[in-house]
Amino acid sequence: MSEKKPERREFLFTASYAVGAVGVGAVVWPLVDQMNPDASVKALASTEVDISAVQSGKSITVLWRGKPVFIKRRTPDEIAEAKAVKMEDLKDPEKDEDRAKNPEWLVMVGVCTHLGCVPLNDKGDYNGWFCPCHGSHYDTSGRIRKGPAPLNMEVPKYEFVNSNTIKIG
Amino acid sequence: MSDHEYVPASKFGKWFNDRLPLLSLASHLTDYPTPKNLNYWWTFGGILTFCLITQIVTGLTLAMHYIAHADLAFESVEHIMRDVNYGWLIRYIHANGASMFFLAVYIHIFRSLFYGSYKSPREIIWIIGIIIYLLMMAAAFMGYVLPWGQMSFWGATVITNLFSAIPLVGEGIVNWLWGGYSVDNPTLTRFFTLHYLIPFLILGLVVLHIWALHIPGNNNPVGIDVKKPSKDTVPFHPYIVIKDAFALLMFVIVFAFFVFYSPNILGHADNYIEANPMVTPAHIVPEWYLLPFYAILRSVPDKLMGVVAMLSAILILAALPWLDTSKIRSAVFRPLYKQFYWILVVDVLVLGYVGAMPAEGLYLLIARVATAYYFIHFLIILPVLGFKEKTIPLPLSITEPVLGGMPMASAVKKKESLN
Repeated sequence: MSEKKPERREFLFTASYAVGAVGVGAVVWPLVDQMNPDASVKALASTEVDISAVQSGKSITVLWRGKPVFIKRRTPDEIAEAKAVKMEDLKDPEKDEDRAKNPEWLVMVGVCTHLGCVPLNDKGDYNGWFCPCHGSHYDTSGRIRKGPAPLNMEVPKYEFVNSNTIKIG
Repeated sequence: MSDHEYVPASKFGKWFNDRLPLLSLASHLTDYPTPKNLNYWWTFGGILTFCLITQIVTGLTLAMHYIAHADLAFESVEHIMRDVNYGWLIRYIHANGASMFFLAVYIHIFRSLFYGSYKSPREIIWIIGIIIYLLMMAAAFMGYVLPWGQMSFWGATVITNLFSAIPLVGEGIVNWLWGGYSVDNPTLTRFFTLHYLIPFLILGLVVLHIWALHIPGNNNPVGIDVKKPSKDTVPFHPYIVIKDAFALLMFVIVFAFFVFYSPNILGHADNYIEANPMVTPAHIVPEWYLLPFYAILRSVPDKLMGVVAMLSAILILAALPWLDTSKIRSAVFRPLYKQFYWILVVDVLVLGYVGAMPAEGLYLLIARVATAYYFIHFLIILPVLGFKEKTIPLPLSITEPVLGGMPMASAVKKKESLN
């Protein structure tokens, strides 16, 4: 009896701790998850934009999911410049063709991949964008070329609904 | 708790004290033996308590008028400034109070660094202090977001994006913090909640900080243990109370100068422009008290490593009691440490200055050198110094140098040679 009892007790302790841990987890998870994006935020996931008024070389900025999205109608020079860049010169190698389905239109989230500021248009050493916060330079394809940002500006999911309308999201 | 048994004089007092010994606690606090050589650098504990209470009281009253909603927050702050009775005063005290709180805490921390107050047996006091400091930074940052101006919004964006540097889960964490895909209303409401909560957490930690202090008692400018019982100590009340009160009065004059004569000098004009997610201000700068760490963040060209360096700069302080290998507490008796101490002070001030400047050219170079030196001080100089430094002999008691004026190294030396 004196041999058996401690084992039984240990089993009960372990079982109790295990059930307790599951219980605590089940209570904590809703409290943590309530902070994640809610249904109303997720519902605003897509937006349609009329681009017929955008001139060549100009860009517009629209708000999508609370973030600015740059829609730039690039000039032939800018497209040529973006295509001429060698992959080995890039910090985050990505071909221009993969970033702009239709080379004339560059659509990307206008948020610096460093710490989230909005880069300025037609600025910086690469004729693209320049982030005033910590000095990241992006090229005419929105790819990071110089500065602390690790990645190219993100290209969101988008499609041309017709020749004058883009649906983002 | 107390060195002597306290017995209340009145019968009711005794009856009550037997059931809840509040009177014993009060007696302990008033009689608490304090080294008699404490100088004015030791008054900042009391000043910090005052700052915390000021922030809680003004914060509570502001919360009665503030509206935590992205569409209404900015206007509700202007409403407080223009319409609420004395709203301008309460808000300016609260906003400048944050700066005064940090001013006092930096003096308090550097006092500890100079006199070695973080060393055995006071490590736990020190670590609780570092946790309080971290919570203060969190509270200050979230409080700055609440007026929902341009600096609020973009400061929040930049700081929360620091978490995106974490590999794999970074983006998920940032979306969780925001409650969306950018800083927006859900972010504002949770920041308000946490901003409201943290001061009370700090209050609890302050109780632990003082409790831990009352176990070994105060360090002092000479840095040697007080002999008990002896004439090395005076009771906390009235001696230290009156000294603290005088220092607090001086401090409040500085505080009042900012509140009444230049209430906006420590803020940024951009924060009087309502938050706009489409436009980033040309030059984002955090509040002055966070600038040294901001400079460290920007001096590293890699995103993740920049964040790691910034956090390490703060967390390294928690390891200080073990990084400093010297057994001598006070810098008065450590001629080399004293010099390195002042170099560190200048280094942190330089970091603060370049943190406010654009991160390019010469400023960036200076920031990198100063960042490197900051880590060298804690990781190389302090551990080595404990073994290499030839320290000045300590006095036998704290009464000895008190009778001969300030604890000056030369005076102690002279005595040594006389003996």
